[in-house]
Amino acid sequence: MSRRASGLKAWLIQRLSAVYLGLFGVYLLLFFAFAPPRDHAQLAAWASSPWVALGLLVFIPLLLAHAWVGIRDVLIDYIKPIGLRVGLLSLLALIFLASGLWALQALILVQIG
Amino acid sequence: MVKSRPVFLELWRIRLPIPGVVSILHRLSGILMVLAIPIFAALFARALSDGTGFASAAAWAASPLGQLALLLLGWSLLHHLLAGIRYLALDLGWGLDRPTARKTAWISLYGALALTLIGAVVLR
Repeated sequence: MSRRASGLKAWLIQRLSAVYLGLFGVYLLLFFAFAPPRDHAQLAAWASSPWVALGLLVFIPLLLAHAWVGIRDVLIDYIKPIGLRVGLLSLLALIFLASGLWALQALILVQIG
Repeated sequence: MVKSRPVFLELWRIRLPIPGVVSILHRLSGILMVLAIPIFAALFARALSDGTGFASAAAWAASPLGQLALLLLGWSLLHHLLAGIRYLALDLGWGLDRPTARKTAWISLYGALALTLIGAVVLR
């Protein structure tokens, strides 16, 4: 069994990432609820300000790690045929990787441009 | 080991205690947010690309489908957050006795519903 994201290590990743996601997530929720950017320029200025950019760069991989541990537990609990389970996990891994890289690319491009 | 353990799956007769309901909803809300990951990545990238992309992302968010999705995901986030804070506290040994655990479960359940409702009314 892999030691990278299972057992005690996964348990710890889940809880440590939860603390960051909870704090930064509440900031994101309040920002988009009460002071949402009205046009592209406002959004770009917000996303490329140093602290927000750093916060988002950390947020994206931690969100994916947290989601991965969680959905992996769910699939192991409910999907018993091993082929289907591995297939779904592989599909999700691909979707997570693509989503994360897509979001990071957009974040980096807006800071260069 | 006995292979044939008794299985009781009469769902209408199973009365889950309230911490069990909160636990199932924690999973359900997590699954909903996982499904939303690629959609939000696409929206985020499109909104950051240029003015046209921002307008199309904003238009989707304002559409009936977008509003419904945001409502559902808003509840998911709030429930996952409140129940998650509760689980972190339980991990630290806080609120483990049954009356407190039940009370905090009710607070998570109704707190998330109330905040979702307030958010939906204030922000529409």
